[in-house]
Amino acid sequence: MIPRLIAPLAFLLPLPALAAVEIQEVVTPGGITAWLVEEHSIPFTSIEIQFDGGANEDTPESRGATYLMMGLLEEGAGDMDARAFAEAEESLAARLSFDASNDSVTVGLSFLTEYRDESVDLMRAALTDPTFDPDAVERVREQVLAGLASDARDPNEIASRTFSALSFPSHPYGTAMKGTPETVAALSIDDLRRAHGRALTRDRVHVGVAGDITAEDLAPLLDRLLGDLPESDSADVPQVETVLDGGVTVVDYPTPQSVVLFGHEGVEFDDPDYFPAFVLNQVLGGSGFDSRLMTEVREKRGLTYGIGTYLAPRDKTAQLLGQFASSNDKAADAIEIVRAEWARLAENGITKEELDAAKTYLTGAYPLRFDGNSRIAGILVGMQSIGLPIDYIPTRNDRVEAVTLEDVKRVAARLLDPEDLHFVVVGQPEGLETGSF
Amino acid sequence: MRIRPLIAAAVLPLALASQVPAQAMDDTVTTFTLPNGMDAIVIEDHRAPVVVHMVWYNVGSADEPAGKSGIAHFLEHLMFKGTDELAPGEFSQTVAAQGGSDNAFTSDDYTGYFQRVAADRLELMMEMEADRMRDLILDDEDMLTERDVVLEERAQRTDSNPGALFGEMRNATQYMNHPYGIPIIGWKHEAEALTLQDALDFYEVFYAPNNATLIVAGDVDPAEVEALALKHYGPVAPTPDLQDRVRPSEPPQLAPRRLTFEDERVSNPYVMRTYLAPERDAGDQETAAALTILAEILGGSSATSLMGRTLEQEEGVALYTSAFYQGTRYDDTQFGVVVMPTPDRTLEQAEADMDRMLARVIEEGVDPAQLERIRTQIRAASIYERDSLQGRAREFGTAITTGLTVQDVLDWPDILAAVTEDDIIAAARDVFKLNNSVTGYLSKPPAPVEISADAATDTDTDGETTTEVGQ
Repeated sequence: MIPRLIAPLAFLLPLPALAAVEIQEVVTPGGITAWLVEEHSIPFTSIEIQFDGGANEDTPESRGATYLMMGLLEEGAGDMDARAFAEAEESLAARLSFDASNDSVTVGLSFLTEYRDESVDLMRAALTDPTFDPDAVERVREQVLAGLASDARDPNEIASRTFSALSFPSHPYGTAMKGTPETVAALSIDDLRRAHGRALTRDRVHVGVAGDITAEDLAPLLDRLLGDLPESDSADVPQVETVLDGGVTVVDYPTPQSVVLFGHEGVEFDDPDYFPAFVLNQVLGGSGFDSRLMTEVREKRGLTYGIGTYLAPRDKTAQLLGQFASSNDKAADAIEIVRAEWARLAENGITKEELDAAKTYLTGAYPLRFDGNSRIAGILVGMQSIGLPIDYIPTRNDRVEAVTLEDVKRVAARLLDPEDLHFVVVGQPEGLETGSF
Repeated sequence: MRIRPLIAAAVLPLALASQVPAQAMDDTVTTFTLPNGMDAIVIEDHRAPVVVHMVWYNVGSADEPAGKSGIAHFLEHLMFKGTDELAPGEFSQTVAAQGGSDNAFTSDDYTGYFQRVAADRLELMMEMEADRMRDLILDDEDMLTERDVVLEERAQRTDSNPGALFGEMRNATQYMNHPYGIPIIGWKHEAEALTLQDALDFYEVFYAPNNATLIVAGDVDPAEVEALALKHYGPVAPTPDLQDRVRPSEPPQLAPRRLTFEDERVSNPYVMRTYLAPERDAGDQETAAALTILAEILGGSSATSLMGRTLEQEEGVALYTSAFYQGTRYDDTQFGVVVMPTPDRTLEQAEADMDRMLARVIEEGVDPAQLERIRTQIRAASIYERDSLQGRAREFGTAITTGLTVQDVLDWPDILAAVTEDDIIAAARDVFKLNNSVTGYLSKPPAPVEISADAATDTDTDGETTTEVGQ
C-alpha cells in the first residue's frame, strides 16, 4: 500500500489566520452608504457599484432594453462621442466596466490616485448623462444581434436558456436578458432612456470601495458620482419557484459532445439551512477535484473533463445547479451516475471525514478570497446586497464550523431529490430522449 | 460592458495590461539558484498572508517526440496521480485540506503547477511538489481513465468549438515544420494512442530541477524561501546532459497560404490573418515591443484603435476587429489581425478592409496622441498589476520558460515606453508581408441549419484561451 507520510503533517497545522479586512461604513452628506477598505500600499482605488432591479424590470416587449442600455453608457456621454469617451478613459488610464444581469446592473471603476477626480467625473458622465446617440445605438444593436446569433449556436448557452425557460415559464428569469432578435430590433431610444432612468437609481445602490482613499475623501466623491441619479419608482418583481419536474430534455445539436445542465429547486441565502446546504454542495460537486461527482464521473470513469454543482441563490428564486460535458456515447452513463449519487446523498448524508474536509477547505479558502482591490470591493457590494452585517467577515467561518453531520443529513434529505432532478442535454446523446425518468 | 460578439475564445486578444509587468527596478523581486540547477524567483507582497507557489518546467508540447502529440499535457494530468509518498488524488486533497487551491497548465513552451495557500503552508507545498518531481508512480488503470478525461477535454475545448478547430488548422498551416503547428492538447488520433511508457519517458527527461523554475509570490521572506527550497528541492537529482531546446525550424515561405473552414455551428463569420513574427528575445526585446504597441494601435480598442474607429465606428462595416501579438514564446510567434464583418458584407470585403488598414498604418503613420495614451496605460498597468499576486507570478514564469531573464521582465515597461513611431512602422513593414501570412476564413455553409433557441438566459460564457490547457 502507498505510505502516506505527508498528510498527517498537514493535520498538525492550525487553520490559516484570517486576513485582517477592516471595513468602514461611510455615509455621505448626500445620504449614500458605502463600505470601504483602505489599502494605501498601491496608488489606485477600485469602486464597485450595484444597482438593484436589473433586467428583470424590462417589460416583455422591451426585453433586452436594460442590457443594451448598459452597453451604451460608454458609447457617448456628456459632450463626448464614443471615441472621445474612450480616449478620455485611456488618457486617465482609468478602467471602467459596465454589466447587467436579471437582478441588478453593476458598474466598476478603478483609477490611479493621481487621476482620481477626473476618473470619477468620467464615470459620472456615463451614469448620469449618456447620450444614446442614434449612430451608437444602431452600431451596438448590431453587436447585440450578432451576440444573440452566436448564443443560439453555443451549446452552453442553449442549455442554459432551455433550463431557464423550462424552470420559469412565466417570469423574466425564463427569458433571455439580452432579449430576442425581435425585441432588440424594436427597441427605441425612448425605451433605452426609460431603462436608464429605472435601472440606475440612488436609493437602490450598494457601494464597495477598496484601495488608496480615505473615508474623508471618499464621501464627497460618491456624492458627485451618484448624487444626481433619480429615486426609483419601480414595482417589485415577484418571487418565483422552479416548476420543472424531474426528467430529461434533449435539444438536438450537431456536436460530438453533449453539454448537460441539471438541477432543481435550491435554498435562499437567508434560509437557516443555507450553510448546511453550502457544505453539502462542497461534498457533492464543489470546487476542487475531490467532490463525489468529480470522483465518480471523472476520476473513476473518465466520462468528463469536469463536473461541478453550485448553489444559485438569486434575488427572486434559488436553484441548485450542475453542469458537465460528455461525449455523445457517454452522456447517458454520466447522467445515471449523477442520479445515483444524488440518491445516495439524499438517503445517507455525508461521512464525518467528508464533513471535516469540506469545512477545512471552505474555512481555509475564505480568507484567500480577499485578494486585490477590485475583488474586495466586489465582496463588499455582495455582502451589502444580501443584507449581511458589516462585522460578518470574522463570524462567517464560525457559521461553517457550526454545521453538524445531522444538519447536512437533514438538509440533504430536504434538498436533494433525484426524482425532481432535471437534465437538459444539448447534443446528440446516444440512448437519451426527452421525457421523465 | 462593451458589447462584443463572442469571438474572444478563438482569437486570443492579448490586452496590453497582460503584456506589461510589475514595476521596473523592482526591489520586491529576488532570485537564487540551487546547486542542482533549479532557479528560483521570489516576489514579495505582504498585503495579505497568502502565498502562490509555482514550479515551471522548461518543456511544453513543442518539445514532444514526433507522433506523440499531447504527451506533455497528458503527463500534466498524470502528475496528480500518486507518488511513492502520496496516493492518487492526495496531492490536491491535501491542498484543499489547507483551504488552498491547486491546478496546472500546459502550453507549447512550458508546463506549470501551482498552489495558492495561506503563507504558513508554503513548506508543505514544497515538500509535495518536490516529491512528484521525480517520484511519480503510475499504473495502466490510472493512465487509461485519465486518457479518457483528456479526450473529453479535447472534445470540450476543441471539437465542440468551430473557432478552436479553425485555430488548430490555421496554426498547422502557419507552422509547416515547427511543432507550434501541432495542437497542445494533441491531435485526437495521437492523443488516444498515448501510453504509460510515453508519459514516463517524457517525465524522466524533462521533470528535473535543472529544467525547472520555482516561483514563490506573496507574504514571504526570501531568505526563508531559499532555506526551504534548499531543504526540499535541493536533494532532487538533476537530469544529466539535458539537451538544448532546438526545435525544427520553418523553411522559407514562398507563397501566401489560405484556408477556408465552414461549419454549421458558426454564427458570425470572420477573417483572420496571422503573420510569422519575431518573439521577445533575451536582451533583444525592441522589435517585440514595437509589435506589441502596433497591435494596440491597430486593434486594441473598438473605439480608439485604427481598425476599431475606422471599420466599426466610422464606416460601420465590422462587428468586431482585433489585432493580437504574443511576444512570450520560445521560437517565432505570430502577429494576428481579425475582422468580423457586419452581416451584409462578405469575407472578401472584410479582407479588403483589413488590407486597407494594414496599408494605412504604414503609409499614414501613428497618431501621436494615441501613442501617448498607450504610454500612459503602460505606466498605469505597472501599478494595477501589482494588485494580482498570481498575475505577477505567471508573468515571470511565462517569460523565464520562453527564454527571457528576470532582468528582461523588469526592463520591459521601459522598452515599451521607448518605442517610437518609426519603430512601429518599421516593425509593421517587416512583418506585414503576404509571404509570411496565413489568411483564414471561418464561415458557415451556404444553407445553414436552423438551431432552435427560443428560450434564453442571462448566463455569459467566458472564452477559454487556446494558448494553454489545464488539468
